[in-house]
Amino acid sequence: MREVDVSYVTEAIRDLSIEANYYLPEDVMSALKEAREREESEAGAAALDMIIENAETAAGEKMPICQDTGSAVVFLEVGQDVHFTGGDLVEAVNEGVRQGYEEGYLRKSMTVDPFKRDNTGDNTPAIIYTDIVPGEQVKITLAPKGGGSENMSVARGLTPADGMEGVKDFVVDVVDKAGSNPCPPIIVGVGVGSTFDKAAQLAKKSLLRPVGAPHSADHIAQLEKETLEAVNNLGIGPQGLGGKTTALAVHIEPHSSHIASLLAAVNIQCHAARHSETVI
Amino acid sequence: MEKRLSTPLSDGDIKQLEAGDKVLLNGVIYTGRDAAHKRLIETMEAGEELPVDFTGQIIYYVGPCPAKPGQPIGSAGPTTSGRMDPYTPAMLEAGLKGMIGKGNRSEQVKQEIAKHTAAYFLAIGGAGALLADRVQKAEVVAYPELGPEAIYRLEVEDFPVLVGVDAHGTDIYIEGRKAFAK
Repeated sequence: MREVDVSYVTEAIRDLSIEANYYLPEDVMSALKEAREREESEAGAAALDMIIENAETAAGEKMPICQDTGSAVVFLEVGQDVHFTGGDLVEAVNEGVRQGYEEGYLRKSMTVDPFKRDNTGDNTPAIIYTDIVPGEQVKITLAPKGGGSENMSVARGLTPADGMEGVKDFVVDVVDKAGSNPCPPIIVGVGVGSTFDKAAQLAKKSLLRPVGAPHSADHIAQLEKETLEAVNNLGIGPQGLGGKTTALAVHIEPHSSHIASLLAAVNIQCHAARHSETVI
Repeated sequence: MEKRLSTPLSDGDIKQLEAGDKVLLNGVIYTGRDAAHKRLIETMEAGEELPVDFTGQIIYYVGPCPAKPGQPIGSAGPTTSGRMDPYTPAMLEAGLKGMIGKGNRSEQVKQEIAKHTAAYFLAIGGAGALLADRVQKAEVVAYPELGPEAIYRLEVEDFPVLVGVDAHGTDIYIEGRKAFAK
């Protein structure tokens, strides 16, 4: 067994909050640049130029890529041989968010209540997912998630007969209705199978994959490819101004399913696809 | 062609704009998003005076990041405009001439934009760092307790936008997509 003081978790979360919001991951930057090379729409290409320049400016000036510095979505993979000491794990995560969002001059975007809408003032609470895994390490991933793209996300119960074609049509329908709202070019995360809640979680987790990395199963990778093509044929384009690049990638995470069900969830990620991780 | 405009905007300024035009905005613009709009409408419904005279003015749908020491403002890109659709007709009635945001507007809002000879401008979503560089000065003028949702008075220089919906109600999102939809 390994003892881990929760103050290390707080420090890690603080640093990840700032790092994720200032520095766009390399794979996202490469995908944007490749899209820029391919884009035939003049307005779309100009939008991509500005998006790329913005990410470079943010990194250079150490400021947030986007003013929506997001809900702090935190994935914890905790080794089962870890024993946390020194306090409450959830409070340690929230303290890290509190410190990071204050010290990094990040926007505080969380409300106390969904209806009363008063701001909590420190961007807590974090949205936390915890998986217990073998080993004695703690892997922490922080993904700031903007509201504009999250609002366009949808889960739906399809029938087993709808199959792969049904899932593809569902994804295209969600992206079509979202239009320019989620800040395209987007990354489309799709969870298929399991239950209503789990499908949505899988969709979100699929967004952590390197952009465009295909699923290991051939039939899923093929569905990703076909769905991406269909999505890009919508013509929405960068920022919705028209063009070939509506999405940079479609990531699909399949899961075992109840014999009666084919749940599917689409989680849309804007072009500021931010996430950082560390291991304690 | 790139056009340069200064606020406040006149009907003449608006009428020369066409959906898709690149515009550089100069002068004063006001920020306002969800919570501020809710309060402005409640103020109007109560028959009370608005904290800002919006005649000829532009509202930028943005909730900026806090400014670092020495900077006027933190990252400041547009938020999704559609959420302000329910409030927009009353704001146009109050004299508002322009809105800056990103994303689709409702059919009703587009009609109201045409009726009031106004314009909906688009800024690039997620370009908060670049857009902040065009803001010279920022001060909170109403609702400071709303934090990032307070109303700021911004002084901007060559703030880059596109005309999203012009005074004819033409929508660049619909026009732009036509050429690329298969």
